[in-house]
Amino acid sequence: MAPPIVSIRDLSKLYRQGDINVTALNAVSLDIELGEFIVLMGPSGSGKSTLLHIIAGIDRPTHGSCRVQDTDVARLNESQLADWRNRNVGFVFQSFNLIPVLTAFENVELPLLLTGLKASRRRQQVTTALHLVGLIDRQHHLPRQLSGGQEQRVAIARALVTDPPLIVADEPTGNLDAKSATDVLEILRSLSQQAGKTVIMVTHDPKAAAYGTRQLHLEKGEIVA
Amino acid sequence: MPAVFTLLVQSFLGLTALGIVAVFLTAHFSAVPVKYNLKSVFIRWRSTVATVVGIALVVLVYVLLQSLAVGIEKSNASTGDPRNILIARKGATAESSSLVTRAQLRTLQYFEEIERNAAGDPVISADVLTLASLPRKGQGGEANVLLRGVTPRGMELRPQVHLVAGRWFSPGRREIVVSRKLAGRFANFDVGDTFKTGPTTLTVVGWLDGSGSAYDSECWMDADESRSVFEREMYSTFLVRPKSPEAATNLIRRIESDKRLQLRAESETGYYQKQTLTAAPIKWLAGFLALTMSIGAVFAAMNTMYAAVGARTREIGTLRVLGFHRRNVIATFLLEGILLAMLGGALGCLISLKWNGYTTATLSVESFSETVFSFTITPTLAAQGMFFAAALGFWGTLLPAVRAARLPVISALKAL
Repeated sequence: MAPPIVSIRDLSKLYRQGDINVTALNAVSLDIELGEFIVLMGPSGSGKSTLLHIIAGIDRPTHGSCRVQDTDVARLNESQLADWRNRNVGFVFQSFNLIPVLTAFENVELPLLLTGLKASRRRQQVTTALHLVGLIDRQHHLPRQLSGGQEQRVAIARALVTDPPLIVADEPTGNLDAKSATDVLEILRSLSQQAGKTVIMVTHDPKAAAYGTRQLHLEKGEIVA
Repeated sequence: MPAVFTLLVQSFLGLTALGIVAVFLTAHFSAVPVKYNLKSVFIRWRSTVATVVGIALVVLVYVLLQSLAVGIEKSNASTGDPRNILIARKGATAESSSLVTRAQLRTLQYFEEIERNAAGDPVISADVLTLASLPRKGQGGEANVLLRGVTPRGMELRPQVHLVAGRWFSPGRREIVVSRKLAGRFANFDVGDTFKTGPTTLTVVGWLDGSGSAYDSECWMDADESRSVFEREMYSTFLVRPKSPEAATNLIRRIESDKRLQLRAESETGYYQKQTLTAAPIKWLAGFLALTMSIGAVFAAMNTMYAAVGARTREIGTLRVLGFHRRNVIATFLLEGILLAMLGGALGCLISLKWNGYTTATLSVESFSETVFSFTITPTLAAQGMFFAAALGFWGTLLPAVRAARLPVISALKAL
C-alpha cells in the first residue's frame, strides 16, 4: 500500500489573544491518501481552516509534525515554504483571490512565472488548465468581466496549472449560486477521481460535503468524526 | 569635514544605485509581471498624478538649476584656442586682476618659441581689461561690464569671435563693439548708440558674437584707446601663439622659471576651464533645493505607495500563497514606485527642455562683471534628473514595500 500523501501526528496550534491562549488544534493526528477528496467540516472556530492552512504551508503548528509526501512542512523556513507551496499545493479561496488588473490567462500563468518555464511552455500549460475548466474562450477577460462561477473556475485553473499533487479549497462555493457551486464541485471531484489529485476542502455546506470521499468533523480543535 | 561629507553623499548615491539595479534584476528574474504594476498604478490615478507631478517639479528645479551651472561651465569650456598661451601676472587668479608691463611685452617679443607672422612680427596680443558700470535696459539699475582692449592681432588669435552687425572699431577712435547678447540686456548698446564711462563717451559701432564662449559677456575696443581712456600704463594679459605644441611646452616652462618676469603662463583653454567659481554656488543651490524638495517628494511617494499596499493587501497575500517570496513582493512594489517616479522625472526633464538655450546672466565671481550664458540641458543632465527621480522613488517606496512583504499571509488573505 502506498504511503499517505499527508501524515499528521500530534499536531497542535495555540494562538495568543491578549492574555489568554486559544487552542485552535489539539493533538490532531491524521493520514490522507493520494487521490482522496477530504472534506473538513465543523462550526466556526473548530480549527478546520487552521488545519487546512498548516497542511498547505501557510501557517505553522505550535507542536507536532505535518508531513506532506516526504517533507515536514513545519520544519521549512519562510523562503523554502514559498518554493514548496509553488510546487506542491494549488489553492482555491472562497473569494477567488484573482488579481483584478490581470486577465484570466495572466492570473492562471502567475504561479508558472516562478518555475523558470519558457513562455511557450507556460502558454501551453495555461491553455490546458483553462480548457479543463471550460474557460478558454474567456482567457482575455478581466475578473470583473466574469461571473462568480467563472472567476472560481479561473482560480481552479490557477491551482492546477503547476500540476501540484495537493489542491486545498477553503469554502470554494461560499460565494456562488447553486449552479456555479455544482460546476465547481464537479471539477474538484473530477480532479480527485480522474487526475488523482488529493483535494482537501473546508465547507459548511452539507451538499458540498457530499462530494468528498471522506468527511472529517472538527470541534474545539479535535477531529470528532 | 568636506571629504567626509563627500564620502557620505557618494556612499548614499552608490547605495541608491545598487538598490535600483537590484530591484530591476530581481524584478527581471523572478517577478510578478511589470504589467501588474503598470495597470495597478493607474487604478489609483489621483494619487498617482499627485506623486508624478510632485516628482516632476523637484526634477524640473534640479535640472534647471544644474543647467545654469552647465551653461556657465560650457561657456568657459568653449572659450579660447588650444594653440594659444595666456600669460598673466604671477599670483593673479583672473585676467581682470592681472597687470603686465610694456617691458615684459618687449622681452617676450624676442622669445623664439613664439610664432612670427608674414611680416616677421611675433604673434602676441596685449589686452587691457577694465570694468565699467553701465545702466541696464529698463529699470534694472547698473551692472559691471567687462571691456576688453584688443589689438588687431588679438582678434586674429580669437577666430571664434565674429562680427554680426555694424563694423569693427577703428584704432585711435573712441569706438566700441559690444556683444550681441549684452546688447539685449544693457541700455544704449544698439549700433550707433553712445554711452558714457567716466568722462569719455564711446560709440557703439558693431555687435560681436562669441559663439557661446565667455567672449559673449564682453565689449571690445582698441587696446591703446582703452589704455588712454582708462589711464592705464600697463596691460592686463598677453595672449601668444607658439610655433608648435612642443614650443608651447617650452614657452610655459621658460616663462614660469624666469624669475625676472614674474609671469604665469598656461593654455588659453585651460585657463577658461578653470574659471568655475561662478558655477559652484549655483550647483550648491541646486543640490540644496533638490534635497529640500526631495524630502517632500519622498513623503508623497511614500503616501502613494502605502495607499497602494493598503489597497492590495489581499493581492499581496495571494502572491505569497502562490509561492512568491518576500523579496519578490519588495521588488515589485519598489519597481512600481521607481517607475512612477521615473514617469515624474521624464515629465520634469521634458518641461525643462522649454528653457534649453534660453539666455540669462549673472555676476561672474572671477571678473565681477555681468556674464551671459544659456540654460544648457545636456543628455548627462537629463540622465542625472532621471536617476534623481528613480532615487526618490526608491527611498519613498522602500518602507511601504517592506511593510507589504512582512504582512502575515493569512491575515493578508482575509483583508477586505
